[in-house]
Amino acid sequence: MRIALFVTCLADTLFPEAARATVRLLERLGHEVVFPPGQTCCGQMHVNTGYQAQAVPLVRRHVRVFDPYDVVVAPSGSCVGSVRHQHAMVARRAGDVRLASRAESVAARTFELSELLVDVLGVTDVGAFFPHRVTYHPTCHSLRMLRVADRPVRLLRAVRGLDLVELPAAEQCCGFGGTFAVKNADTSMAMLADKMRHVVSTGAEVCAAGDASCLMHIGGGLSRSGAGVRTVHLAEILASTDQGESAGERDELVVRS
Amino acid sequence: MRRTFLGMPATAPAGVGHLRGEEPFPAAARRALGDAQLRRNLGHATATIRAKSAGVIGEVPDWEQLRAAGSAIKADVMARLPELLEQLEDRVTAAGGVVHWAVDAIEANAIVVDLVRATGSDRVIKVKSMVTQEIGLNEALESAGIAPVETDLAELIVQLGEDRPSHILVPAIHRSRAEIREIFLRAMPGVDPALTDEPAVLAAAARRFLRQTFLATPVAVSGANFAVAQTGTLAVVESEGNGRMCLTLPQTLITVMGVEKVVPTWRDLEVFLQLLPRASTGERMNPYTSMWTGVTPGDGPQVFHLVLLDNGRSAVLADEVGRQALHCIRCSACLNVCPVYERTGGHAYGSVYPGPIGAVLSPQLTGVADNASLPYASSLCGTCYDACPVKINIPELLVHLRDQAPHPRGESAAMAAAAYAMDHPALYAAAQRATRLSRLAGRRGRGLPPPLSGWTAGRDLPEAPAQTFRQWWTQR
Repeated sequence: MRIALFVTCLADTLFPEAARATVRLLERLGHEVVFPPGQTCCGQMHVNTGYQAQAVPLVRRHVRVFDPYDVVVAPSGSCVGSVRHQHAMVARRAGDVRLASRAESVAARTFELSELLVDVLGVTDVGAFFPHRVTYHPTCHSLRMLRVADRPVRLLRAVRGLDLVELPAAEQCCGFGGTFAVKNADTSMAMLADKMRHVVSTGAEVCAAGDASCLMHIGGGLSRSGAGVRTVHLAEILASTDQGESAGERDELVVRS
Repeated sequence: MRRTFLGMPATAPAGVGHLRGEEPFPAAARRALGDAQLRRNLGHATATIRAKSAGVIGEVPDWEQLRAAGSAIKADVMARLPELLEQLEDRVTAAGGVVHWAVDAIEANAIVVDLVRATGSDRVIKVKSMVTQEIGLNEALESAGIAPVETDLAELIVQLGEDRPSHILVPAIHRSRAEIREIFLRAMPGVDPALTDEPAVLAAAARRFLRQTFLATPVAVSGANFAVAQTGTLAVVESEGNGRMCLTLPQTLITVMGVEKVVPTWRDLEVFLQLLPRASTGERMNPYTSMWTGVTPGDGPQVFHLVLLDNGRSAVLADEVGRQALHCIRCSACLNVCPVYERTGGHAYGSVYPGPIGAVLSPQLTGVADNASLPYASSLCGTCYDACPVKINIPELLVHLRDQAPHPRGESAAMAAAAYAMDHPALYAAAQRATRLSRLAGRRGRGLPPPLSGWTAGRDLPEAPAQTFRQWWTQR
């Protein structure tokens, strides 16, 4: 299958290992991955911070760039949530009905990674090998906007060598929330403190999730506190094999001091 | 004299009532977060209600259909509110009640004060009511020399503690048993000095005090959970029986009701009376459901006044997206599941309507500029939407209101620059490469200026990678 990668601005800029892992994984499964170079950002930051008018050109760009493809994947529940639940709304409020209907069409072809693997490609065992103790944080937008449910967990359970431990109060928000983490930094930190406490309580060495943004937040806190737990994107775990491709191509993973 | 407005309906006036906080949410939240006792009380109470509610909701096989029905009924009400209110007025009047229309808090308070004065009583007993808290009725009564006595146990704790409610359903949720004992010892007339902090002992003390008051007060003030346009019937649901006492014992009953509380038919109550207790207190059925239609000679209050309050609701109704906030049945499920509310408590929101629903309702009632920080008091995690028994899409409303909020100048400039760069891929790629310069921000980003320092106060920043993804892709 020919799959267009919607890399997301955050993974492109700060967490390219998650995006590279997505490419490696899909190619290993025998699919062709293309990267439309005109893509930038889905505009979620603008919409969620109260700048919908400025998001209109970004929505238009996203729709134009991805309209030619039958299947689009992103290693992010949040950005797919933005495409699926915000793009048409932004277009409609700007009075562009045609853009809204094109946005809906693109949204219907856009999948978060675990949705693509389980629902579109019909695979839960991707042949990965990751011999580590892992706990999984279901991110809010993947859980409550996309309803990915247990798809990521089913994928993780099929990974050889992986010891999956349940995260207490897993469904509670980590406190990131985009600009919330800056505008309400104290409340965000209070939420993060509880999330970190639960992560540490599992005894896992790796905290996995399907969103680089939430991982940046959780990982930033774990790194600062010296908890000795690293954060790894779901795509990186699924891309790891016993052929020497392990999660994290750099010395340190994702959040470094 | 009634004001005549042209164009957009007015928002709730400032200087009266409790819809506006004294400081922005982040500052108020910071103080609350540092209160360990508050954090413990809230964490314990919200977790208990959450578990109880989830249990009884799980028993109902058609919960999702009930939610959809509740949402549909409310949408219908909003679509023909004027017609339903006039029908309600007709029926209430025909049943011997008197209907008053109040455009705002000032007018509503004046109407109630005049009505109480006309009875000659210098005291009223009150059923727990959000709307009278909203308009600051207690303060208006007090300044007219009339003593309002809250008869709901938690509202009484708040009143005796000279405190503010912090939760829609359990207004004293921020208080522990030990704190309640201290408040009673300090402020409850005739309290036994040997009072302990056992819940049953505290409740018995309140019961003794209130019993005297119920029997000796000829006027009651209530809110309303529902008003049936078809029959002119008002409904109050409660758990303690204090409401039943207030609604049946006094000679005069004055009910203040937000205009959005009307439902078309008696049959519609079957939906809400299933939704409300399970979502709210986690009960299958609330212990007391009181309904009355006008006056009944020889039975209950012989004088009944209904005050229909707007106070910004027409302005909310005028917003096609925002109007769904008026569907709220004040169950407080969204507060109990909200990770922000659970940590900051209700006072941080400033308004009597705290939590997620408060963050979308208060700014609309006052105009967004007067509560500009509230739409941002959420991580948009979406638990409130899932918990709402009438399916109010609170995250969508928050985003909608953020678009109307006044923005800091620096932020606007940064957002405009980001949007421009993101629509120009070459510029965007250059900006991405510039993140390599982020090491200028110092080790772990600790040298960043505000507001970004809010991030680095407790979290490390990721180091920019050697190559962006698109650089890697082109060189692949």
